[in-house]
Amino acid sequence: MSRPLVPFLAGLVFALGLGISGMTQPAKVIGFLDLSGHWDASLAFVMAGAVAANLLLVRFGPRLLGRMARAGGAAASASAPGRAPLGVQLRAALRDRRLLAGSAAFGVGWGLVGFCPGPAIVALATGHGEALVFFGAMGLGMLAYRAAPALWARLRGQPAVRLPGPAPRQECGMA
Amino acid sequence: MMMEFLAPTAGGLLIGLAAGGLYLARGRMAGISGILGESLRLESADAGWRWSFLAGLLAGGVALRVLVPGALPQAIAASLPLLLAAGFLVGYGARLGGGCTSGHGVCGLAHGSARSLVATLSFMSVAVLTVYVARHLLAGVIP
Repeated sequence: MSRPLVPFLAGLVFALGLGISGMTQPAKVIGFLDLSGHWDASLAFVMAGAVAANLLLVRFGPRLLGRMARAGGAAASASAPGRAPLGVQLRAALRDRRLLAGSAAFGVGWGLVGFCPGPAIVALATGHGEALVFFGAMGLGMLAYRAAPALWARLRGQPAVRLPGPAPRQECGMA
Repeated sequence: MMMEFLAPTAGGLLIGLAAGGLYLARGRMAGISGILGESLRLESADAGWRWSFLAGLLAGGVALRVLVPGALPQAIAASLPLLLAAGFLVGYGARLGGGCTSGHGVCGLAHGSARSLVATLSFMSVAVLTVYVARHLLAGVIP
């Protein structure tokens, strides 16, 4: 298939999945995150279904296709050579302040309105002003993340530190 | 009882299919916060696939609006300051933490990443706590 078609189709199917699953309904997301009272557990099946389908494709897809994916299917396995034992990885992750602080900030924002980035983009199609405002603020937050090191450096009168570029493999969100 | 879990499961499978397909075909992760954040990096030579993916997401939104109107919110019940604060935290936090629900949740867990497991458990528990505080402890205080 031509170059832009695969990512376009992936985005399209991703959006349809978000819509069908209920993830694009902030009220439903809040109902899932609200454990007190009438807990709506149904959205747990979204994550379970998505991880299961993705896991099967990542694990067995390369073999079925008869070749390794470009990024290296071997990296997909937790027990792949070159990866530290799970306990060591977990301890390193738990010491990673950026990972923890970022995830916590993300969790607060997600819990306040019920939108995470994918649904926020899909919801732009509603044309609601609220969706546009949320998307704009989200973009601003992303730009602020990029601008922050330079701002800090200027405040301290030091040369700017470059941000880490796109992560090599595991950090999906950075890819 | 069964039906209420059918649509979320079917939707989840589609999301996993899209993420796995993108990885197999291109070796790319369908982490949406990363795709959106990096798509603005104009000096990047390979921003093209990110723009295509984002266009696909938008096209999916339009398709949902036409085919499954009930899938999209009829109204979003949040005040302007709340939308601004929440949106900013989602954008900044996802970038600082290296991923969001899709990158750490859907992709990272499927790839067996310990970092993603820690991130997913962190944002899930903080989101649950936030909902509890905002909807119950501070009910009526937060606009």
